[in-house]
Amino acid sequence: MVPRVFSRGFFFDPMMTTPSKQVLDSEGMEKALARIAHEIVERNQQIESVILVGIRTRGVYLSQRIQKCIQKIKNRELPLGILDITLYRDDLSEIGARASVRETKLPGDIKDKIVVLVDDVLFTGRTIRAALDAIHDFGRPKAIQLAVLIDRGHRELPIKADYVGKNIPTSLDEQVVVQMKEADPQDEVLVMKKSGIS
Amino acid sequence: MSEFKWARKDLLGLRDLSKQEIELILDTAKSFQEVSDRSVKKVPALRGKTVTNLFFEPSTRTRVSFELAEKRLSADTIHIASSTSSMVKGETLKDSLRNIEALKVNIVVMRHPSSGAPHRMAPHFQASIINAGDGINEHPTQALLDMFTVREKKGKIDGMKVTFIGDILHSRVARSNIWGLTKMGAQVTVCGPKTLLPPSIEKLGVRATTDLREAVKDADVINLLRIQLERQKESYFPSIREYVTAYQINQEVLKLAKPDVVIMHPGPVNRGIEITSEVLDGPFSVILDQVTNGLAVRMAVLYLLAGTSQREEKVAE
Repeated sequence: MVPRVFSRGFFFDPMMTTPSKQVLDSEGMEKALARIAHEIVERNQQIESVILVGIRTRGVYLSQRIQKCIQKIKNRELPLGILDITLYRDDLSEIGARASVRETKLPGDIKDKIVVLVDDVLFTGRTIRAALDAIHDFGRPKAIQLAVLIDRGHRELPIKADYVGKNIPTSLDEQVVVQMKEADPQDEVLVMKKSGIS
Repeated sequence: MSEFKWARKDLLGLRDLSKQEIELILDTAKSFQEVSDRSVKKVPALRGKTVTNLFFEPSTRTRVSFELAEKRLSADTIHIASSTSSMVKGETLKDSLRNIEALKVNIVVMRHPSSGAPHRMAPHFQASIINAGDGINEHPTQALLDMFTVREKKGKIDGMKVTFIGDILHSRVARSNIWGLTKMGAQVTVCGPKTLLPPSIEKLGVRATTDLREAVKDADVINLLRIQLERQKESYFPSIREYVTAYQINQEVLKLAKPDVVIMHPGPVNRGIEITSEVLDGPFSVILDQVTNGLAVRMAVLYLLAGTSQREEKVAE
């Protein structure tokens, strides 16, 4: 098998990886997102107060796709937001200026709204912790829910997703890579072994 | 946004910065603009970091802007003004800084009346030094916020005709702007009485003229510099009234500029001297946008430097 080289991920080093295994293809991803959309609609009777907020970068694309799915079901376009959690990272003093900050954009006031955070992979939970802090600086939403495409386990904080596209048990020396057409050659989710990581 | 990373310990001036570094600061500032529109105007990015504002010259707007930027990034701040510091007891600048460093301060924002003071000090300290104005040399954050405002209002800097009017000789704002704007591809003109134009200023790649009409013609941006009334006792021009006649920006002169010209001023403004109240309060003036943008730009600079200040820097001797 030929090792694949990807241009993404800041801790990702193609030289250190072994061949990857596809765990979700384009069709699977589509189905998973459609199911998440249905669950969001089912759980939130007042769909008009739901805001979808994607966490940069792939969470943003996922939130846009979920928005389209919900539009098909309810014929209603939910407001979209973009969250950059860089300034809230707990490892900021270690990575410092190497983390480039990008804009956060929320659609209007989030007071009394139901915010559905969208991210690609739920792993340690630290990203979500940062996102929760960030959201609260914009106001006091009625509720915050979490939708992820992949839950790979290994939580380091008491955080749980409300909507999961697919549970993928992994070991710590593996890496989950979500590829999306908006930024990558095609839609797929891969699991690959990392070797020689510290 | 480019994947270019910031690597400098200090921000001393725009003279040393590359185009890429300037762009990184401006792009980062864009992301920080939104923080000041939130209900909680604070992000935890600099939590646990200490910033000292060391001002050996009076300042209101720069100091307030830096202080607020530090607070919105959750840094702890100390403010030292020369009038209330041990400088009046005869302590040298280097000793003052050594004492500050002994308190494990991460970033020092420094304004000093001597040109080059921060450049002299920076290699001796691990803390990052941000130049908030040194003599008549540079005022990099002001120039960065001016450039940010140009980019915001005009969509780009490259190819823009930017004119500076007033006391170019004593202006660190003009110098920093010239370094930065020319690197970004703007066409810069400086204009003022001959006595206030530095000799050989053209060597920096700018056009110099004493004719206001020539300077304003077709300008995209006019950046006015304050006539430093306190320097007027040195008689650089015969009288304020004569300066007003020759160099004041009013509605009439403005007609020569591009129809969408923007007027900038680093403040504080002398109403009725370098600019009429009419123009100052008119639609072309973006002076208050500059103030707002200054906050975002300073947050960006603090954020970028905080990421490098912790590194072990070799102490040059």
